[in-house]
Amino acid sequence: MIKAILIFNNHGKPRLSKFYQPYSEDTQQQIIRETFHLVSKRDENVCNFLEGGLLIGGSDNKLIYRHYATLYFVFCVDSSESELGILDLIQRWFFHSLEHVGNSVVTVFPLWLSQIFEEEGVLSMHKVFVETLDKCFENVCELDLIFHVDKVHNILAEMVMGGMVLETNMNEIVTQIDAQNKLEKSEAGLAGAPARAVSAVKNMNLPEIPRNINIGDISIKVPNLPSFK
Amino acid sequence: MALKMVKGSIDRMFDKNLQDLVRGIRNHKEDEAKYISQCIDEIKQELKQDNIAVKANAVCKLTYLQMLGYDISWAAFNIIEVMSASKFTFKRIGYLAASQCFHEGTDVIMLTTNQIRKDLSSPSQYDTGVALTGLSCFVTPDLARDLANDIMTLMSHTKPYIRKKAVLIMYKVFLKYPESLRPAFPRLKEKLEDPDPGVQSAAVNVICELARRNPKNYLSLAPLFFKLMTSSTNNWVLIKIIKLFGALTPLEPRLGKKLIEPLTNLIHSTSAMSLLYECVNTVIAVLISLSSGMPNHSASIQLCVQKLRILIEDSDQNLKYLGLLAMSKILRTHPKSVQAHKDLVLQCLDDKDESIRLRALDLLYGMVSKKNLMEIVKKLMTHVDKAEGTTYRDELLTKIIDICSQSNYQHITNFEWYISILVELTRLEGTRHGHLIAAQMLDVAIRVKAIRRFAVAQMSALLDSAHLVASSPQRSGICEVLYAAAWICGEFSEHLQEPQQTLEAMLRPKVTTLPGHIQAVYVQNVVKLYAAILQQKEQAADASAAQEVTQLLVERLPQFVQSADLEVQERASCILQLVKHVQKLQAKDVPVAEEVSSLFAGELNPVAPKAQKKVPIPEGLDLDAWINEPLSDSESEDEKPKAMFQDEEQRHTKPRAPEADEQELARRREARRQEQANNPFYIKSSPSPQKRYQDAPGVEHIPVVQIDLSVPLKVPGMPLSDQYVKLEEERRHRQRLEKDKRKKKKRERERRGTRRHSSLHTESDEDIAPAQRVDIITEEMPENALPSDEDDKDPNDPYRALDIDLDKPLADSEKLPVQKHRNAETSKSPEKEDVPLVEKKSKKPRKKEKKHKEKEREKKKKEVEKGEDLDFWLSTTPPPATPAPEELEVNTTVTVLKEEQEEPRGEEQDADEDREQDLEKKPSKHKKKKHKKDKEERPKDKRKSKKKVPPTDEEAAEPVENGTLDEEPLPPMSSYTLLAENSYIKMTYDVQGSLQKDSQVTVSVVLENQSDSFLKSMELNVLDSLNARLARPEGSSVHDGVPVPFQLPPGISNEAQFVFTIQSIVMAQKLKGTLSFIAKNDEGSTHEKLDFKLHFTCTSYLVTTPCYSDAFAKLLESGDLSMSSIKVDGISMSFHNLLAKICFHHHFSVVERVDSCASMYSRSIQGHHVCLLVKKGEKSVSVDGKCSDPTLLSNLLEEMKETLATC
Repeated sequence: MIKAILIFNNHGKPRLSKFYQPYSEDTQQQIIRETFHLVSKRDENVCNFLEGGLLIGGSDNKLIYRHYATLYFVFCVDSSESELGILDLIQRWFFHSLEHVGNSVVTVFPLWLSQIFEEEGVLSMHKVFVETLDKCFENVCELDLIFHVDKVHNILAEMVMGGMVLETNMNEIVTQIDAQNKLEKSEAGLAGAPARAVSAVKNMNLPEIPRNINIGDISIKVPNLPSFK
Repeated sequence: MALKMVKGSIDRMFDKNLQDLVRGIRNHKEDEAKYISQCIDEIKQELKQDNIAVKANAVCKLTYLQMLGYDISWAAFNIIEVMSASKFTFKRIGYLAASQCFHEGTDVIMLTTNQIRKDLSSPSQYDTGVALTGLSCFVTPDLARDLANDIMTLMSHTKPYIRKKAVLIMYKVFLKYPESLRPAFPRLKEKLEDPDPGVQSAAVNVICELARRNPKNYLSLAPLFFKLMTSSTNNWVLIKIIKLFGALTPLEPRLGKKLIEPLTNLIHSTSAMSLLYECVNTVIAVLISLSSGMPNHSASIQLCVQKLRILIEDSDQNLKYLGLLAMSKILRTHPKSVQAHKDLVLQCLDDKDESIRLRALDLLYGMVSKKNLMEIVKKLMTHVDKAEGTTYRDELLTKIIDICSQSNYQHITNFEWYISILVELTRLEGTRHGHLIAAQMLDVAIRVKAIRRFAVAQMSALLDSAHLVASSPQRSGICEVLYAAAWICGEFSEHLQEPQQTLEAMLRPKVTTLPGHIQAVYVQNVVKLYAAILQQKEQAADASAAQEVTQLLVERLPQFVQSADLEVQERASCILQLVKHVQKLQAKDVPVAEEVSSLFAGELNPVAPKAQKKVPIPEGLDLDAWINEPLSDSESEDEKPKAMFQDEEQRHTKPRAPEADEQELARRREARRQEQANNPFYIKSSPSPQKRYQDAPGVEHIPVVQIDLSVPLKVPGMPLSDQYVKLEEERRHRQRLEKDKRKKKKRERERRGTRRHSSLHTESDEDIAPAQRVDIITEEMPENALPSDEDDKDPNDPYRALDIDLDKPLADSEKLPVQKHRNAETSKSPEKEDVPLVEKKSKKPRKKEKKHKEKEREKKKKEVEKGEDLDFWLSTTPPPATPAPEELEVNTTVTVLKEEQEEPRGEEQDADEDREQDLEKKPSKHKKKKHKKDKEERPKDKRKSKKKVPPTDEEAAEPVENGTLDEEPLPPMSSYTLLAENSYIKMTYDVQGSLQKDSQVTVSVVLENQSDSFLKSMELNVLDSLNARLARPEGSSVHDGVPVPFQLPPGISNEAQFVFTIQSIVMAQKLKGTLSFIAKNDEGSTHEKLDFKLHFTCTSYLVTTPCYSDAFAKLLESGDLSMSSIKVDGISMSFHNLLAKICFHHHFSVVERVDSCASMYSRSIQGHHVCLLVKKGEKSVSVDGKCSDPTLLSNLLEEMKETLATC
């Protein structure tokens, strides 16, 4: 069973939290803090498994996490889950979350990345993936996630249900998510048009934000993302 | 309307949406809280609006705020509103919010039941999907009970997307509502072979999760999983199955043998590390369960260890970690194969990754031997010094203690060294494990007598040194060590060199800063020391010195009397008075030492931690009996508020997960153990001498304190354990030389000295004799202690409720509750029916030994059968003779039919999914059902047609040959009787009542198409009488018929159920009715009709209800029942069969049976009790009945007479 799924950034700010056991809001925050504390002090090149913290812990539980750019993806699981399987799952989820949160820039990314995968061979896939992300997508992916946390939730819901892995085939997940989004669009119909227009206008200044925050990295970002504006 | 909608959405665009909220929060970094509270106010306004889009937007924002830690439970009702929106967009938002913040305590959750049911049956698969996803997060016992049936229907939905979600959520339903497991299980099992891989994976997931908690119930699924394992290509499914096998193999070693080969193949072939790792893990589990008897066993171990070594040596830290983890599992059973890789483990100990170091530490536990213990601990001690984080250092500390103390200090050759290690560990600042060190000190000092002198010296030094007291108590648990030190110095004060100095150290003013429980021990042991000193001084006739000591106590003790800790205060005051008294006596020159020391005469012995639990309860002592009569009501009422308060408080203090509680329990148990070991008042009055020296009984053990002179008795100052390492090496060397000289003699002594290690150590270990001839006293157990090692299962474990035998046939009472009263529904949900609840037979108390035996036998047989099934699969060659078709067990109340006959069933609709059930016998409930699938499995020649024709009465009476059983077998019985028949269709029916619905009965009608036509649009209608009416769909008139929810292709039969409402049940009655249908064949279709008369007998209002004989007796005594009797002659049937027949056809249960006389009981749906006394004479049977309604009774007896007449 998966007990909880957390995403938080390098400063411990929660970006997504999903608990499959009931906890009060306060406890949830404590768990997030504790988990952040445990995970953040670890070096980059250590293993991705960690004995559980005290709050959500118990000897049976483990934290399995991945650190992408500015984000930590943490799964708290018990012994019935395969450690390596979950790691793989996190990676696929992240990959497709980015693809699906809707920012046009990011949708370009998997295509481009998959080319690298083909060149490098599947074995080094993970390494390449993380390194490229670290280079190019700092802040971008975090912002996408922040603004579209509901969409990430929806992807997650197709992947994990009630603490159990529902589907591991990403194509299937994507098909279902697409169909749902289509349904949503058709429901909005005419009445939704003005709202969409407004939100499009509002989103136009969205790319401003990462710059304001992280000026130092602009030189890396701009050449890689010409279509950003 | 449309205008309004557009207007609403135009308004809406100026509301904040989620993105605006997020942006706003990011822009208000300084006053985030204020900004958010502003937003919440806005949200509250939005929630008040009628526009659902606005509400959904507000709820969406709330979900985000919930993530940031804001309590949004106040909006629960609004969330439900959004959940019930018709648009998927909003529904999804609502369900997401609910899944994030609803839990069992949310009171509005019960309002969702109908909404969720509606969504579950929605035509849009995404509505259903989103409802299932949401429900999986907040399902409560109530929701689980109410919706279990709906979800079960969804498990056979046409869309795999829904099926997989429905299957997966069943696990949550089982957890909350364990009763649903058995009815749902056959279908779940069926889903293991679903064509869709996603559904299959979900089913595997659920069963694995179930089996992990209670593996033994799922052993019978092993063949199925084996098939899946060899056929599946989905790694995720494979991993789950392989993990499941890992849990099953300990229960069935033969399964392991069968697994080894395919697993080994997978290990060789797979490229997926995750799969490889799980395979290795399961092979390890198999090897552990086999432990012997496998020919190529060592080859498999070698393969595993070798693969793991590859993992550990990999540069990927994850693989390294997992490799070590798996290695530690092998270690438990095959330490030698792991010990070969000691180098690797020690290397990992230096890894920069803490997780890996911790795993390596686990492995070390199994790698130590007498030879290398000191070396390894030395290495660990250097790590302790280097470690920065306290967690890792604490972990090291516990590991050192674990390693050294394992199997009764098996590897320790020199206890002085161990004590010094412990003393060195006390220098750690800020560790949480002071109590562990203290426990070890106490344990060693008490149990290793030879070490006491040394230990006392070390402990007095500890007491004297300032650093422990100085460290602030809240920061360090290390001062716990002083507890042990004080106690050891006091208890073994005869070994103290300078007792007076120690006494002074213990009376220093600083001591009062220590925690209370430590001070209390100080006070107590000060007196012990004092007694020792007095003795010493008086022997030396040094009266003034003795008086000085007394004076010191009188001066210093008041500081403890002022303590805030009650225990300290109390002990100190007592002792102060005592000392003052002694002082007076001393002034008169009375010798007091003798008397003071007699306060502490006798020796304390260690007591086993479980000793208290194992004291057998003396015969004749009833722990549940009242000692005093319970208080009167008024008094207990007074106490009630207090109890409630305590309850409340408990809940507050224990909000932790059950796992944490277990730890806590273990901790407390440990604490208690210490407490008991230390507490001088805990000692038994007369320790049984034969248990004190278990290892060396008789006189031989007497030279206990023999210390090898090669080791100095006292190391000046603080000892360094390193010195011991050196000394030990020298000693061993010398020993070796010596040994060469006097081989024979030595060997003899050696054996004596090391007897307690007899079986465990390796050959090289044996060469090392312990430095001290150590006699470790085993812990005491009470005499005739109960041998059983009762496990401390947590009664609150939620998974325990799911420990359910799934191979037992379903009982009627286990049906899932169905929330409907109408009989006809969509054709795809045949299980939706109103089912009368009939009490489970097996629950019936068996008063009579005979019956009990029968049941046992049946059970045994069933087990055998089950076993045989698995056996057959497990054995590589088929068994010599396949068992002939099982003879069927017979039970007085349970009818079992021969295999060729229809298998009687409880009314489990799902059973038709359960194809494998034919291997099992099913006790019949009072009706049977025909199932297509059963039919297919049955030899066709046994029947005229392969149609499901319920046996008629002649068939039922057909003699059955079945001679091998003790009891004569029962003829097949069916309660289905013919309703009407024509060339197209045959109708048979049965009527059942339910105790839950006092005015309803369900009529199950089996419709069988006997023609070549296709029958459709079937409709059943009856002419209602005043007393009985057909329950029709809402809104239809009394003249409308009720549609039959299916169509019948030629030769097919199916069952439909109709509910009737009955006013009075005391009389039998008949209803006229018609079945109309369209028969369609190649020539065209015709409207056809079949008239029938539905007969409601009084029997059909009875529901089999078990009754205890004492309750039965009370009922008869009550005198409220009227009586009547019948007598039937010419009966040839055995009494046993006769009773079975009454039970079956008239819904009775046997209360008690003595020879040819039996009492029986049943109950009507309206609560009438019916009691029967059945007596068998030569050729006749008399039935005396008692019932709360005379009319009912006489009618019943008439009916019974007819039944008996055919016997």
